[in-house]
Amino acid sequence: MRILIVGGGMGGTILANNLARRLTTELKSGKARITMLSASDKHMYQPGLLYLAVGRIAPDELYRDQAGLLEPGIEFHVDPVTEFKLDKNEVVTQGGKTHAYDILVIATGSRMTPETIPGLAENCETFYTEATALKMFKRLREFEGGKVVITVGVPHKCPMAPLEITFMLHDYFKDRGMLDKVKLHYTYPIGRIHSLENVAKWATPEFDRLGITYETLFNMKEVDGANKILKSEEGTEVNYDLLIAIPAHKGMEVIEKNGLGQNGWIPTHRHQLNMEGRSNVFVLGDTTNLPISKAGSTAHFEADTLGENIAGMIKMGTPVRDYDGKVFCFIEAGKDRATYAMFNYQNPPEPKAPTKAVHWFKMAYNKLYWVSARGLL
Amino acid sequence: MAERKIIDARGSFCPGPLMELIAGMKMASVGDELEVLSSDKGSATDVPEWIKKVGHELIGTSEDNGVWHIVVRKAK
Repeated sequence: MRILIVGGGMGGTILANNLARRLTTELKSGKARITMLSASDKHMYQPGLLYLAVGRIAPDELYRDQAGLLEPGIEFHVDPVTEFKLDKNEVVTQGGKTHAYDILVIATGSRMTPETIPGLAENCETFYTEATALKMFKRLREFEGGKVVITVGVPHKCPMAPLEITFMLHDYFKDRGMLDKVKLHYTYPIGRIHSLENVAKWATPEFDRLGITYETLFNMKEVDGANKILKSEEGTEVNYDLLIAIPAHKGMEVIEKNGLGQNGWIPTHRHQLNMEGRSNVFVLGDTTNLPISKAGSTAHFEADTLGENIAGMIKMGTPVRDYDGKVFCFIEAGKDRATYAMFNYQNPPEPKAPTKAVHWFKMAYNKLYWVSARGLL
Repeated sequence: MAERKIIDARGSFCPGPLMELIAGMKMASVGDELEVLSSDKGSATDVPEWIKKVGHELIGTSEDNGVWHIVVRKAK
């Protein structure tokens, strides 16, 4: 059984390690083979970018060597896929190699696309790559005061990032003694300040208490950089001195180019995680079109389910359980307090008041992530 | 030719049905119809509210066995 995993992010890595442990005997006997193809020899802890943007983590703390995270027996190549030949059960790589498979897992992730909003890319700061997060922090260091607008596109990776960066900016400016010179203003696409109703119920009075203003039902249309004006699809405008954007995201170009899904999102079965219409192709993490958060924990819990199911298919001829839509997100509520939201397809979250204990657990998880990636936590 | 696209947002607490529709609207062409399936009764009010504010067209809303079907047309 040849298992081919395309993508070396959180979902692909956890799945590969999960499967390698479950299939130790099969890997040794040659009955199973696990191959991973990735675009990079490095693995980035993406949630760390939030901390990089406010100067609380250094870039090198975000990375580990991908090969070092993988269990022995997993064949790893830095050679991204350029062509998916699903009818032939093959992929072709940038290096010109063809890999045949019996089971294919696509976990190529997503990318921000600020260029889809006129004027946004050249006039905003953001933090979804190492380079942009570092640039944002340097801009914050130089900022002397004015109106900071945090604006949010749809869909985006990490549903808590808009609230977290807003709270963290508040505390950043507070620590620098600049709060009297800074006005924080937040815009959000729907009619409350977060998609999760219970999170919005908690965060709204927090914004009010901290003096953070907000405009809801605001979807970015264009940025007039010369006059520092952000315009919305709904016909409103907001002035800014510093524009912080959570840009809309798309899946990777290779997905759309191969006709696997519009905007790079692959139609995926919500419980079995197979690509719609394909019984031997599975999809993980941001790459799915599922109506759930594009978050590391989503990829993690999906990978746990898929690991059990693929092992079940090999050992028993059948998958063993359904993915239930589980997501768990920490929510940083400033520099030293945090809460969390856990939910699935059936049950909404009920976030508690932020505490220092949850913040320190999150700080610990920033290190424990590497244990998660190895499929141990 | 205009198409009707189904956005199955049942069980979506985050990002939620309206966010799914906003994302789907970006991928649609003017004239396309989008049918949102939602298990959240709040969608029956917050989707029409946004549609009205941004200037798209609400075709209809119905409920079947706890699932709301909200059909809209991209107008611009």
